[in-house]
Amino acid sequence: MKEWIIEKALFISAIISIFTTIAILTVLLLEAIGFFSEISIWEFFTGTVWTPLFEPPRYGILPLVWGTILVTLIALIVAIPFGLGSAIYLSEYAPEKLRKTVKPILEILAGIPTVVYGYFALTIITPLLQNIFPDMIIFNALSAGLVMGIMIIPMVSSLSEDAMIAVPQSFRRGAYALGARKFEVILKVVIPSALSGIIASFILAISRAIGETMIVSIAAGSTPNLTLNPLESIQTMTGYITQISLGDASYGSLEYTTIFSVGLTLFLMVLVVNLIGHYISKRYWKRY
Amino acid sequence: MLKTNKTKKPSRLRKINDNILYILCLIGIIIAFLSLFALLAGAFRDGLPWLSFDLLTNFPSRFPEEAGLKAALFGSLWVIGLTALISFPIGIASALYLEEYAPANWFTSFIQLNIANLAGVPSIVYGILGLALFVRAVSLGRSVLSGALTMTLLILPVIIIASREAIRSIPKAHREGAYALGASQWQVTQKVVLSEAIPGILTGTILALSRAIGETAPMIAIAALVYVRFIPTSPLDRFTVLPIQIYNWMGLPQSEFRGLAAAGIMVLLAVLLAMNSIAIYIRNRYQKRAK
Repeated sequence: MKEWIIEKALFISAIISIFTTIAILTVLLLEAIGFFSEISIWEFFTGTVWTPLFEPPRYGILPLVWGTILVTLIALIVAIPFGLGSAIYLSEYAPEKLRKTVKPILEILAGIPTVVYGYFALTIITPLLQNIFPDMIIFNALSAGLVMGIMIIPMVSSLSEDAMIAVPQSFRRGAYALGARKFEVILKVVIPSALSGIIASFILAISRAIGETMIVSIAAGSTPNLTLNPLESIQTMTGYITQISLGDASYGSLEYTTIFSVGLTLFLMVLVVNLIGHYISKRYWKRY
Repeated sequence: MLKTNKTKKPSRLRKINDNILYILCLIGIIIAFLSLFALLAGAFRDGLPWLSFDLLTNFPSRFPEEAGLKAALFGSLWVIGLTALISFPIGIASALYLEEYAPANWFTSFIQLNIANLAGVPSIVYGILGLALFVRAVSLGRSVLSGALTMTLLILPVIIIASREAIRSIPKAHREGAYALGASQWQVTQKVVLSEAIPGILTGTILALSRAIGETAPMIAIAALVYVRFIPTSPLDRFTVLPIQIYNWMGLPQSEFRGLAAAGIMVLLAVLLAMNSIAIYIRNRYQKRAK
């Protein structure tokens, strides 16, 4: 009898995670339905102006989605080369002792709160960039994107390195036996063999960058802007949700429901990216 | 894999290529490390002059000289303490179920897939979930309890994943030995599995909690930006936390508040370092005993 109760109690704890997912979907959908009963879905997803707080209010989410994509692209341009370079160095060149010291440091750096990175963007990177681009305003996409890239480097590096370390030593020795030099072994044997893990780390980086909130809230500004110029002030989906959350938006108002329609869009975007990552690592996963 | 025409390259060129890749990767890791350390150095440079005992014992204020972190520090302790109380038992129970009890069927793999997906949901989404569910629907208001429940949902996937790894590392023979002595499944789970896995579970939980202390976005959605000049005395009181206070100071126009924000960052990082050290200490102590 007691055994049976315990098993049920453990089971109930385990399905809390399912209720969490259901709760996320229900909350986002319910509040978003309230929003879409007043604003057409067509206007929301195709409109190019997002001014819910001004007169006349316009609810086109494209500027926010574009802001997210722009900052994510800048972050990837920083994180992928530096993350991959660090991973290759640690896995293929660094002596074992150095690797064992550097790796935990990278993991600690990956745990620094994002509000700290936001401070870094605003007080160090932005003034630095203003020396290069004198007309640049304080809040801009470039600074936020660069710092977000720096933030993601440890994650890309750590996961890619795991994938490269998992490539069996015999693969490398076989290539050396054929007369390959080290760079050929790395570029033509190690990286192709570890590719699924490396790409999975890039996709995780994309999903992190899309969902990252504090850096963009602090450094990217709050101007929804459909621009290609990274020196301008922009706003991301996450930045908008934070901006509205900061003020005590009155419950049930259209302003309050916008954070859920934007949140739903954000959730779906991250879900799609995560599913692609899941698919790639499952489809191409090789166990040596 | 190697194309023959490539291996016929003049060996001098191949030697140069060899060095180029090495140098590029070395530059990559050096720049990555330098920029991460520049970040910490920048915060320390700005924050050091503002770091004082008063910073910890003063409430926030309009005047930078009198402003402090007291409300935020106690708010963070309240939220994290409650989060630990709620998430630790649920996390362990879920991990024990999945590792020791769950049948190998589609529902179990659905739970696992679900937990993996939840770990990838952006934290701000948990924030607006908590806002609609705990703050509004359950009417807990913008309280410490709402914050702790939201944080629990946010870090549960992390705790469960870490706990499962700890449980999985226990050799099957230990369980079978206990069964051979006539122990029931719960006795085995409790006396063998749990008692051996608890250091690993604790380490994972502390690391998850230290992540929760630094989470800003979901706490902004729950607590909003308020001027809190008191210490919460019950789970239903309003609150603020360290990262919100830091964010708040960063946004104020007077440059003195930037210094205060940097000092706040130092306090936050010190708390994180302390928690990480405890986690590492538990792990090391456990590893020694296992030898």
